[in-house]
Amino acid sequence: MTVVLEIFGWIGWACLAGGGFFLVVGGIGLYRLPDFYSRTHAGGVSDTLGAGLTLLGLVFHTLSEPAISDPSMIVVKLLLIMVFLFFTSPSSGYALVRAAFTQGHQPRLSGQEFEGRLLDGELVREQDL
Amino acid sequence: MTEMDPRLIVALVAIVVAMLLGLARAMLGPTVFDRILAMNMFGTKTVLLIAVLGFTTGRPDFLDLALVYALINFIGAVAVLKFVRYGNLAHAEVELESREEDSG
Repeated sequence: MTVVLEIFGWIGWACLAGGGFFLVVGGIGLYRLPDFYSRTHAGGVSDTLGAGLTLLGLVFHTLSEPAISDPSMIVVKLLLIMVFLFFTSPSSGYALVRAAFTQGHQPRLSGQEFEGRLLDGELVREQDL
Repeated sequence: MTEMDPRLIVALVAIVVAMLLGLARAMLGPTVFDRILAMNMFGTKTVLLIAVLGFTTGRPDFLDLALVYALINFIGAVAVLKFVRYGNLAHAEVELESREEDSG
């Protein structure tokens, strides 16, 4: 039984480390990517893989620690948070991209000059310039 | 005070670093959608931070707060999006008209 607990501990460690890695990568992408639509991708990475792996790591952490009381309730709550994030994060991301696209926010394509499309911090369409 | 688990400390540091990067993007902009995206991600990370912090301090009851925060975050993001689109939070008929324009 202690071997199983130790294995759970190692799986939890791997999941937490991987989740932290994807969270930092998503943060760097959100900061550095050039365009709103590509930044959406970075946000998606950290919302799905980062959050999912971190919560999964917490599940295995809970299972591996005998000191934690009432582990089944904690696991159920963690799984509930995972399910909520699984449904709400893509839908809010979809609503965000759709709102941006219907307002005429153009994606930045390759070969396009970025200069002249930003006026006073606001993105302006080509025909409005 | 229970002994701090190094695994949870690593997760906490990663979450805080990602939150700071998202905050920088929210301040830089340049469009309102970048700010909403950063705010949305910041909210998701707040959920994770609350959950991990609960385990770090040996009080997993914090998960209830994380659960509520996940729901509020989604509703807040959709509300801000609707406000940005229509300048108003209570006009369903305007939405229908603009959908017909989109498809037509």
